[in-house]
Amino acid sequence: MSITNLTAAAQMTTTRRTFIKVTTLAGAGFIVGCGESPPVTSRLPAAAAPTGPVAFNAFVKIGADNKVTAIIKHLDKGQGITTGLSTLIAEELDAAWDQMVAEFAPADTAKYANLSLGLQGTGGSSSVANSWLQYRKAAAAARAMLVQAAAAQWKVAADSIMVADGVLSAPGGHKATFGELAAAAGAIAPPAEPTLKDPSSFKLIGKHVPRLDSPAKTTGKAVYTLDKTVPGMLVAVVAHAPKFGAKVASFDATKTRTLPGVVDVVQIPTGVAVLADGYWTALKGREALTVRWDESGAEKRGSAELLAEYKALAGKPGLVALNSGDTAAALGNAKKKLAGDFEFPYLAHASMEPMNCIVALQADECEIWTGSQFQTFDQQKAAAITGLKLEQIKINTLFAGGSFGRRAVPDSDYIAEAVTIAKAIEGRAPVKLQWSREDDMRAGRYRPMHFHRLAGGIDANGDITAWMQTIIGQSLVKGTALEAFLMKDGIDSSSVEGAGTPYAIPNQRIEAQHPEVGVPVLWWRSVGHTHTAFATEVFLDELVAAAGKDPVEVRRALLKDHPRHLGVLNLAVEKAGWGTPLPKGRGRGVAVHESFGSFVAEVAEVTVKSDGTFSVDRVVCAVDCGIAVNPDVVRAQMEGGIGYGLSAALREQITLVNGAVQQSNFTDYLALRINEMPVVEVHIVPSTEAPSGVGEPGLPPLAPAVANAIRSVTGKPIRRLPLGERVAV
Amino acid sequence: MSVSFTLNGVAVQHDGDPAMPLLWFVRERQHLTGSKFGCGVAMCGACTMHLEGTPIRTCVTPVSAVEGKSVTTIEGLNSPASNAVQTAWRELDVVQCGYCQSGQIMAATALLTQNSAPTDADIDTAMRGNLCRCATYHRIRAAIHTAAKTLAG
Repeated sequence: MSITNLTAAAQMTTTRRTFIKVTTLAGAGFIVGCGESPPVTSRLPAAAAPTGPVAFNAFVKIGADNKVTAIIKHLDKGQGITTGLSTLIAEELDAAWDQMVAEFAPADTAKYANLSLGLQGTGGSSSVANSWLQYRKAAAAARAMLVQAAAAQWKVAADSIMVADGVLSAPGGHKATFGELAAAAGAIAPPAEPTLKDPSSFKLIGKHVPRLDSPAKTTGKAVYTLDKTVPGMLVAVVAHAPKFGAKVASFDATKTRTLPGVVDVVQIPTGVAVLADGYWTALKGREALTVRWDESGAEKRGSAELLAEYKALAGKPGLVALNSGDTAAALGNAKKKLAGDFEFPYLAHASMEPMNCIVALQADECEIWTGSQFQTFDQQKAAAITGLKLEQIKINTLFAGGSFGRRAVPDSDYIAEAVTIAKAIEGRAPVKLQWSREDDMRAGRYRPMHFHRLAGGIDANGDITAWMQTIIGQSLVKGTALEAFLMKDGIDSSSVEGAGTPYAIPNQRIEAQHPEVGVPVLWWRSVGHTHTAFATEVFLDELVAAAGKDPVEVRRALLKDHPRHLGVLNLAVEKAGWGTPLPKGRGRGVAVHESFGSFVAEVAEVTVKSDGTFSVDRVVCAVDCGIAVNPDVVRAQMEGGIGYGLSAALREQITLVNGAVQQSNFTDYLALRINEMPVVEVHIVPSTEAPSGVGEPGLPPLAPAVANAIRSVTGKPIRRLPLGERVAV
Repeated sequence: MSVSFTLNGVAVQHDGDPAMPLLWFVRERQHLTGSKFGCGVAMCGACTMHLEGTPIRTCVTPVSAVEGKSVTTIEGLNSPASNAVQTAWRELDVVQCGYCQSGQIMAATALLTQNSAPTDADIDTAMRGNLCRCATYHRIRAAIHTAAKTLAG
C-alpha cells in the first residue's frame, strides 16, 4: 500500500469521525437492556463516567445508576444466552429484571473459560450447563457483599436484611437500592462459599422472563460485526480459490487499483485481498481482478467419487466404536434380516450474517471485533500470526448473526484471514474483512458428508436381536488442537456420537472410518447427531415395521431402563395423539434422541400426495433439559432446531464436481422459508436435574421423525438426505 | 451525476457511482446499519427497506433507481402498523440471532399496511422472500396475527 493511498483513506474516513465517535460511545461493543433507553452510563469510558460501575467479580457489575451488568462469557448467536446468564445473576442477586443489562466478556481464558470445554468458547449446547453454578455463585457472592455493606451502614444484623427486586431493606425503615450500596459493597471481601438459593424459592429461573435482546433486535439497533465501524477502517474483500487447496499462482490488479475507493491489493495465503473504502467498492475491485490459481495441490474429487469411495470403505473392516454381544452370530441366527445404506451430504451452516471480522493492528496490540465463538483459539491464532503476546490480543465479542457452529473454528479461519490482511498492510489501517454470501457458502467448514451401512436382525418373536452399523465420514478434529481430546484409538467421538442406540438390543457393533478429504469440515448444529440419529431412528423403524410392530410400543419396551428417554417419548406421543386416525395420505413418525445431556422426542405429521410431493404439517416436541432456566427460550430453541433440521432434511446440500462447490448462494442452497414451516408444539418435561443443552438437541429427532412419517404413508424406506421435492411412492 | 432522494424523511444526496446498491449507500454513507446484508442477490430479504411504502430488496437496487423518491428503513419506521409489529415481536420474543429481523419487520409492516387482517396464505406470500436461518417463522406468523389484532383494536 502506498503512503499516498493510506493518507487519502485516512482523510476520507476522518470525515466520518464525528459519527464514529457518537456510535462508538453509544454502541461500543454490545449493550442490551430492557426498555428503550440505552443504558450508556455503565459502558462509557471512566473519564466520561465519573461514577463507573463497580465490579463485584468477573461476572457482576453494579452501577450507581442501579443497573446490574451481567458479564456474558459466551457468544450470543441467537440461542439467548445473554438472557439465560443474566437470569442466573438476577435470580441469586434478587435483582429486578428491568435493571439487568448484559455485556460480552473480553477474551480471557483464565476468567471466562467454558467449564465444560476447558477453553473460552461456546459450543456443545453447554453454555447454561457449565455456567449454572458459576454464575449463581458469582451473584450470590455479590448479594452477600451488598447485604454486609447495608448491615454496616445501618448497624443491623445481616440476617435481618431483606433483598427483593434490587432493593435491600431492614426493620427500622432502612432501605437502599443496589446502586446506592454498590461502592461500599464492592470494597468488601467476597464470601468464600456463598449460599445459593434452594430451587423452590426461585423467582425468575423457570419462569417467563423476556429476552434482553428483543428491544435492540426489533429496532435495528443491535450491533453485529457487519455494523461495527472503527475510525480509519478499510473494508477487505478476498478473491478465494475456486477449489480447496488451490493457491494463487499470479494476479493482475492493474484495473482494480484504478477504481474509485480501492486503496490497496495484497496477496495473502488464502487469496488476494482488495481493500477499499467500503464493501461495494471492494467488491467491484475484486470483480476487476485477474487471478491465476495453482490447483496442483487442490482436492479434485467430486461428491460422486467420494460416495463411491465411502461405499467401498464400508465393505472393509473399520475401527470399532462399540461392541456388545456377538453381532455377527446374531445376524446369522436372525429369522429376518434387513440391510440399508444411508447417505448424507455436505451441509453449509449458511448463517444469515456472512463471516466477518474487524482487526486493528498496532505495534503492541491487536484489537479484534467479531462474533467470536472460540475466544481462546482465536486469541492464540492472532498471537501466532502477529507475533504479539496473548495478552496483547484484545477480542471484543459482538452479537453474531447466527453461527450453528460456523464461528467455532479450531484454526479460526476467517479471523485468521482478517488478521493476516491487517498484517499484510502492516497495520496501517484497521481492516474489516467481509465475506460475500458466495465466499461464505464456498469456504468449506461443512458438516461432513457421511455414509452409513446398517444391518439388523429380528428373531422369531419379532424382537430386534442384532444391530450392525458402519459409519464412514471425515473426522472433524483430526489435525486440530482438539484431536487429543476428541479422538480415541483413531475414532473421532464427535463424528460417531449418538450412534449405538440406547435401545436394549443384545448384540450391537458400531464401526467407523475417517477418510482423508481436502474439504474442510466442521461441527454443524448437533454435530455427529445430525446423521447418527437419522440412521438409528429410521433403521429402527424399518426393523419395527419388518417385525409388524408399533414404533412407539417397541421403543417403550426397548427403553424401559431409560426413564428420561421414556419421559419425552410418552409426552410427545400423548400430545401428538399418536394412534388416532388420520386422513388418507397423512402419516405420523416418531423419533427420540439424547444429545448434549438433553432428551428430545418428536412426532412429525406429514401429507404425501400421489405424485410424491409432500409437506410436513405439524411437529410435536417433548424435551427434558433438566431445569428449564427460561422455558420460552427452551421452546424457541426447539422450534429453531426443528426448522433448521427440516431445512436441511428437505433440500440443503453442498455438492462438489471436480473439487468445485456447485452451490453459491440462497439461489441454489435452498433454505426453509416461512410457507414450509410446520406448526410446532413444544412441551417441557418438569425436572429438578441440573440444566443441560437446548441449542442443538431439538434438531436430531426431526429428520428421522419426518422420514418415518413419510414411510408410514408410502411404505418405501428413506435412506438419503436431503429428501428433495418428491419421495418415492 | 448525483442522486437525490428522501431517506426517513430527510433529503440525502449521493455523488458517487449511481450503480451502488441502496443498501450500501444507506449503511456505509448514511450510517444507518439496521438493514442487513445477507445474500447480495435479493434472495434473503435481510436488506428490505420501503420505497414509497413498498418493500424492496436494496442489495440489488441501484441508488439511481430511487431518485426523487422516499425510502424508509427500520430506523425510520413510525406508523400504527410498524408499532403494532414491533410490539408484537417483543411480546412473543420472536428474535433469536436477530440479524434478519429488520427485514422481517419491514416486510410484515408493509403487509399489515396493505392488508390489516392477513390470512396464513397472505403471510406466506408476503414473507416467503425473507429467510430466517434461526427458523423463527413459527413466531413471525403468530406475531403478525397478534399485530393484526392490535390494529383491529
